[in-house]
Amino acid sequence: MTVSEAAKALNMKILAGGDKTSLSRDIRHIYTGDLLSWVMAKASEGDAWFTVMGNINALAVASLADCACIILVENAVLDANAKEKADSISMPVLQTGRRAAEMIIELDTLMKTE
Amino acid sequence: MSSSISLHFDVSGDDFTRAGEASTQVKKTLKKIGYDSDAIRRVAIAMYEGEINMVIHAGGGTADVEIYPDRVDIVLTDEGPGIEDVEKAMTAGFSTAPDNVRSLGFGAGMGLPNIEKYTDSMRIETEIGVGTKMFLSVNAGGSNS
Repeated sequence: MTVSEAAKALNMKILAGGDKTSLSRDIRHIYTGDLLSWVMAKASEGDAWFTVMGNINALAVASLADCACIILVENAVLDANAKEKADSISMPVLQTGRRAAEMIIELDTLMKTE
Repeated sequence: MSSSISLHFDVSGDDFTRAGEASTQVKKTLKKIGYDSDAIRRVAIAMYEGEINMVIHAGGGTADVEIYPDRVDIVLTDEGPGIEDVEKAMTAGFSTAPDNVRSLGFGAGMGLPNIEKYTDSMRIETEIGVGTKMFLSVNAGGSNS
């Protein structure tokens, strides 16, 4: 499932970093966590990363760990400089008002029934 | 083949928003020359942790990177307070980072353990009140994680 398909299916807003290439990237796995060092060590390439961290450091982590996208849950805010960074490195940042747990279950189900 | 690429970076000490610039740059360079992707990831993670450490604890520093065909050597140098107990600092979960840093998502006590995990060799020279020098090396093709 691509980032844009996931955004559509789960009714998520695309806040930044969404261009044709970045949105057509495949989500391979799902990861969640808010401690950046922890995430950087454990997240894998192509992850959809669910978090509440919308700061510029989260963008660096997502980029270095090669995540497919960042998904901000419970309407967590994307900082202005983080938005700028997301656009410049084409890292899609999506947002939802719902909780991480619900979203992950739904995305996982969708990915399995693909 | 003995040719190598040398890169030098100044890591600003007061600016969390710029941490990651050096590691991002190195990642880009390695990608461009077609380096092994696992090695790129390990170099990027180890360097980013090193950068963050210098920003949090040492008021910045420098990063010198030497890219060889078969390995990447990284030297991180700072003039910070030094590490009192290196063994303790290497323990996962141990952190002396202040609260404002934790609220940014750091300070989980994963920095040095992550660096050790993702590099093939790691050596720390540190002196209280003088600074810390970290020598890291990542082999291309030979994953240790």
